[in-house]
Amino acid sequence: MKKLLTGNEAIARGAWEAGVNLASGYPGTPSTEILETLSKLYKDDVCCEWAPNEKVGFETAVGAAAAGARAMTTMKHVGLNVAADPLMTLAYIGTIGGFVAVVADDPGMNSSQNEQDTRQFARFAKVPVIEPADAAEAVTYTKEAFRISEEFSTPVIIKSTTTMSHSRSIAEVGDRVETGRTISFVKDPPKHVPIPAWARQMRVRLEERLEKLKAAASASPLNRIEWKSKKLGIVTAGVTYQFVREVFPEASILKLGWSFPFPDDLLLKFADECERVVFIEELEDFLEEHAKALGIKCCGKTLDGQPLVPNIGEMNVDVLRAVRSRLEQTDWFPFEKTETARPKAPVRPKIADLPPRPPVLCPGCPHRGIFYALGKFDVVVTGDIGCYTLGVAPPLSRLDTVTCMGAGVTMAHGMQRAGNDRKVVGVVGDSTFFHSGMTGLLDIAYNKGTSTIIVLDNRTTAMTGHQDNPGTGRTITGEETVEADIATIGRALGIRNVVEVAPRDIKHTTEVLKEAIESPEPWLIISKTPCPLAARKNPGLPLKVNTDKCRKCKLCLRLGCPAIEKDGEGVRVNSILCAGCKLCRQICPAQAFEDLNPGTENN
Amino acid sequence: MSENNISAEETKSLVLVGVGGQGILLASEIIARTIMASGYDVKMNEIHGMAQRGGSVVAQIRFGRDVASPLVPKHSARALVALEKIEVLRFVDYLADDGLAVVSDQEIIPVSASGGKIPYPALGEEDIRKVCPNLIYVHAIKLAEELGNARAANTILLGVMSNVLHFPEENWKESIRSCVKPKFVDVNIKAFEIGRAMK
Ligand SMILES: Cc1ncc(C[n+]2csc(CCOP(=O)(O)OP(=O)(O)O)c2C)c(N)n1
Ligand code: SF4
Ligand code: SF4
Repeated sequence: MKKLLTGNEAIARGAWEAGVNLASGYPGTPSTEILETLSKLYKDDVCCEWAPNEKVGFETAVGAAAAGARAMTTMKHVGLNVAADPLMTLAYIGTIGGFVAVVADDPGMNSSQNEQDTRQFARFAKVPVIEPADAAEAVTYTKEAFRISEEFSTPVIIKSTTTMSHSRSIAEVGDRVETGRTISFVKDPPKHVPIPAWARQMRVRLEERLEKLKAAASASPLNRIEWKSKKLGIVTAGVTYQFVREVFPEASILKLGWSFPFPDDLLLKFADECERVVFIEELEDFLEEHAKALGIKCCGKTLDGQPLVPNIGEMNVDVLRAVRSRLEQTDWFPFEKTETARPKAPVRPKIADLPPRPPVLCPGCPHRGIFYALGKFDVVVTGDIGCYTLGVAPPLSRLDTVTCMGAGVTMAHGMQRAGNDRKVVGVVGDSTFFHSGMTGLLDIAYNKGTSTIIVLDNRTTAMTGHQDNPGTGRTITGEETVEADIATIGRALGIRNVVEVAPRDIKHTTEVLKEAIESPEPWLIISKTPCPLAARKNPGLPLKVNTDKCRKCKLCLRLGCPAIEKDGEGVRVNSILCAGCKLCRQICPAQAFEDLNPGTENN
Repeated sequence: MSENNISAEETKSLVLVGVGGQGILLASEIIARTIMASGYDVKMNEIHGMAQRGGSVVAQIRFGRDVASPLVPKHSARALVALEKIEVLRFVDYLADDGLAVVSDQEIIPVSASGGKIPYPALGEEDIRKVCPNLIYVHAIKLAEELGNARAANTILLGVMSNVLHFPEENWKESIRSCVKPKFVDVNIKAFEIGRAMK
């Protein structure tokens, strides 16, 4: 049967067909929908979990696989940094049931703080990496990943990218094949316990396994040559293949779907038969560097010292056309030149400057109240990753640093302890707090820190599309479960001053902030109000501006609410967008914000 | 199928643009399903994550006998559908020289415009025509409200665009039926018909 699937849906489908028994991961664009799809469509067959962070998700899957289950973990590229510890040693130990880690990279940083090439991690950990190029491959390659994992007793990484994960294409789907095994852990300490004596043996076996994998990769159908003209051979991997075959239809292509351990035999054979070899890879020169070490004469990231294939950002047809144009100007290009034949860009008049439209906090967002209140204090705000990162943008401009998840708490502590001249306030979301904020808070209590930490508890993991988390009282499948209580956790970690505030009450929120910021002790403030998008409920009914009352002072524009629009010298409320949160009403000095439809509020 | 005159190598491109929250994903899925039902290979790229919080969004669709890239190259789209008026200008580079622009007159003012530096430009149909001579300008919200549901505006725009694609009308309607919630099927089918009648 054929289906139109996104890359993420296809990976989920492939895992299900492969008989996966357990899948645990942490959300992160562009990986999130893999686990969402599994839990939505296949929860009767597969135990699905949102883990509090990637390390937990990874190790949960390790445990399942050690008992013989087929297990999968999913994350975005930076998630593998968090899960790197188990990855590195699992490579030594190996696996009983198939173990697959799906890691989705974000070249171009569409929704990420960096762009790292996960293939480097595969080489670092000495584990195979598989890179599908469309949904059809994602289904079959995922099944193959489980097979390789079990045959060689190795964890396998499937590397996706934003374009791969979020593009739909047509895929052939099949049935689920169960392993039929009993899930039963077999006691075997030399296999499962890397104490030095046994770890040293594992270390040797790891190298032996790599040699076998190398041969298997060269022979695998996941790596194939598409012969055209042998005057030019292009080596490429993953979704970049799609752009290569569109822009270089004349060239032969070595298309790698299983790029590490490097398929040396295949690389050498291809290079031997082609007159010229060009490597076209997204991000790093992973394959090219190795090919050069093998003695293959080739070019890629540079040609004669000049840049050729960019190592920054996403690939697409336009990027590769520019690569082709550069190649055409050298004697490396053996075909008819198309640079001049391609239609020129149409000339279009520029009729207006466009106001930028970056993402913004939604109308009615609970984070807005906290950032507005924080704006009244001369403090440093160490921030973190989530919707609330948008508090960095004007007009709120009330977030000063971001490094990685959890650093909102720990950087506040470090800056404060180093003697920063102003108070430092750390802000993290609820999901971020559970992910890696709790240990930082423990550090503040233990090491006598004095920062104020605010957990923006909007009762969801909003940025990645509103997933449940340990504080929401629901699992990934919507089942009710225990609800972790952030205030209780804070007290248990040793924080004595713990207060909950409703961030849409600006006056009370400001009072609490003042007390905390002036205090010589650490504070935990929980800013608790659900995200209206997750709750599917607006906080209230829309407002309007009474133009007779409005003094045109534009104080309300400091909220950065998308529903408040400048209207000549004054302002108006876009009633379709307004969520009725009434923040604007609290800061308007003229009481100009009135109910759009008076008397309809039912509270 | 032959009406689309697609040669074996050729890939056709379509682009939808708008503002996060306007329903661009659903609209592009309707198109992709119609293409698949009409017997073509299809690929489509959608935006998730950070870009969705009220930011500009793009959906890209490509079809043909064997589609390689899921992303649309510059200056190649046969049609560019803008669910918001000024977004057509932001993404006009996707449009082929003779491509059709289908533009809704809906305005969504970005926060950056209210905050100050660059105001929301006051542009009308004729201004946009200077940039996209092959333009169908649609009062989509007003027409959809007359049908009783402003949310059906996107389907009106799809109906307008459908005329450049030569797929059987029934395939469009079938994919609308399979993509929208049952209680909204009727209004969306009507919206599609209104759009398709506009030339
Ligand atoms: C290590 C790591 N994993 C995952 C992500 C992706 N990510 C970015 S923000 C976020 C969730 C934020 O949720 P929360 O802290 O509750 O804030 P909200 O978006 O709800 O405001 C996630 C999972 C990341 N950036 N880094
Ligand atoms: S999705 Fe929720 S948390 Fe995120 S910006 Fe919108 S209202 Fe705020
Ligand atoms: S206009 Fe006022 S009440 Fe409406 S969402 Fe914005 S701040 Fe809240």
